Amino acid sequence: MTPLVDIRNLSIAFGGVQAVDDVSINLYPGEVVGLLGHNGAGKSTLIKILSGAYRADSGEIWIDGKKATINSPRDARAYNIETIHQTLALADNLPAPANLFLGRELRTMFGFLDDSRMESETRKIMARLNPNFRKIAEPVSALSGGQRQSVAIARAVYFNARILIMDEPTAALGVHETKMVADLIKELKAQGLGIFLISHDTREMMELCDRVSVMKNGQLIGTERVEDVTEDDILSMIIMGKKPEKAA
Amino acid sequence: MTSSDTDRAASGKTPARPKLTDTLELDTRLLGMIGAFIAVLVVFNLLTDGRFLTPRNIFNLTIQTVSVAIMATGMVFVIVTRHIDLSVGALLATCSAVMAMMQTAWLPQVLGLPLGHPMIPWLAIAAGIFAGAAIGAFQGYLTGYLFIPAFIVTLGGLLVWRNTGWYLTNGQTIGPLDPTFQMFGGINGTLGAFWSWVLGIVATLAALAALWAKRRDKLRHGFAVKPLWAEFALGAIIAGAILGFIKILNSYEVPAARLRREFEARSEVMPEGYTEVYGLPISVLLLIVVAVVMTVIARKTRLGRYIFAAGGNPQAAELSGINTRLLTVKVFTIMGVLCAISAVVASARLTNHSNDIGTLDELRVIAAAVIGGTALAGGLGTIYGAILGALIMQSLQSGMAMVGVDAPLQNIVVGSVLVLAVLIDIIYRRRTGKG
Repeated sequence: MTPLVDIRNLSIAFGGVQAVDDVSINLYPGEVVGLLGHNGAGKSTLIKILSGAYRADSGEIWIDGKKATINSPRDARAYNIETIHQTLALADNLPAPANLFLGRELRTMFGFLDDSRMESETRKIMARLNPNFRKIAEPVSALSGGQRQSVAIARAVYFNARILIMDEPTAALGVHETKMVADLIKELKAQGLGIFLISHDTREMMELCDRVSVMKNGQLIGTERVEDVTEDDILSMIIMGKKPEKAA
Repeated sequence: MTSSDTDRAASGKTPARPKLTDTLELDTRLLGMIGAFIAVLVVFNLLTDGRFLTPRNIFNLTIQTVSVAIMATGMVFVIVTRHIDLSVGALLATCSAVMAMMQTAWLPQVLGLPLGHPMIPWLAIAAGIFAGAAIGAFQGYLTGYLFIPAFIVTLGGLLVWRNTGWYLTNGQTIGPLDPTFQMFGGINGTLGAFWSWVLGIVATLAALAALWAKRRDKLRHGFAVKPLWAEFALGAIIAGAILGFIKILNSYEVPAARLRREFEARSEVMPEGYTEVYGLPISVLLLIVVAVVMTVIARKTRLGRYIFAAGGNPQAAELSGINTRLLTVKVFTIMGVLCAISAVVASARLTNHSNDIGTLDELRVIAAAVIGGTALAGGLGTIYGAILGALIMQSLQSGMAMVGVDAPLQNIVVGSVLVLAVLIDIIYRRRTGKG
């Protein structure tokens, strides 16, 4: 089977610091691959190259077995790559529908924004993702962390993402909301999406991911199937930067 | 998953009965500003024994506000995107100089069009708007692509464009300007009673149709709508405001001496008891058109949506695939075009171009936008607010002049009002949690 995403030998440096150093990772449909590592290990930078926010110095990204050119967030979207950024990337002063459709607004036949249709679509998708969501007309700054998160997720789901990148999706959430996000990840995975998940919570990663990749100082330490390793193995990879000794 | 919602349900509080302002879906902030504006008008009217709110003074007040108000609508976009433009007064001077030189020197001498040729004012205006757009785009490029802070670009621009205007005219006052051109200045170009009424009625019908279309659109999507009585009340207020304004402007009579001169110029004799009213000035009509276009851009186009998104969270806008650099160029280009339009109005009102035209306008324009609720932190602001802000400032200024307040004291008051208005706005936003 061809991988959905095949990242080959990607590197990027910022002013002499090698933020991502020759990293290769792949992702199959219906699979969740976790990215682990300390702050500054290069996870978010790697993901930002895939989502078009940064341009790699070298390396290639192959999607569906074809070489892809991703130079901007718009390019990434054309490949059905959707990203839920750590900072949520919402315009706080705008209401949920404007955020959901930001950069991809629905328009009337005269070319004006079709706010009613955007609002109605938002109501539909939010009814599915988060039935308690009611503050449609208010700026998202008035929403709780969980509600904001559901707007960010709705944006990815609405536009039929095939490749979903989630950077710390549960960092700002309570227990209940975290579970909702976990359930959603399982549902999307069952629909055949490929998901890159970044988190600091090793236990959560062991539960949600099929494989985990550990990064340190911009380099890939290794990628393991979760059933082959223990949480301690992963922790030592993160801290020591060494692959676990395989039991012979 | 919304804990606050469940808390509310658990505590068993029933939502309070909706307030009247909510039922009417009126912006309480706008109401506050209109209240402040009316208070200013009433106080000055009392202090001047009723001389402030005469048709004549209201007419003058509106034509004095137009130039600053037009630029203030553009300043809203600039400030919403977290920039500032200190060069608008100077840019106005350069555009005014270009237009004055076009009609008095360049077109007649280079293209050989005789003075008074019907194309002259239009070619001059086109050249002025082109100059404004080009300079605005250039400043936007310096800000958006070369990352020089807008404060610095336009502070430099303040000196550069003020004196570019000076060079173009060799420091001379250029005038008189073309008679057709002068019609955009205010008193020299008004619609008269009949056309003012026609326009007022058309505007009223358009506003009511827009209200109705909005309601039908909401019903079609199954959204909540206002009760019908609220819709009718709002429609009545709007219709009353538009037609009332036209009525006031249509009660300002042209002085008999001036009418007599006009009849004499046509070698006719003025009939006994003949009167004529000014009606809606073309410059005010221009401001209304600018306001409508700018509001449509702000609310109904992608450009407007991106301006507010980039102002609220520049990174989010960029990650959503919005080209924020090009957006900056567009915003400053719009500002430049509006400076040129203001230059038409300002120089036409004076009937000539002088070197000091638009001096200190940058401060008036920024103050109007800020009093009108545009937040310097970005992302918040309205076009109608900025126009109302300009009106409030101009009312204060001419009201104080009428009462006989000393010139330095006038500026002290206007400056204090600016600071106070922002303070009230901050307190209001903190209380209501908006913004």
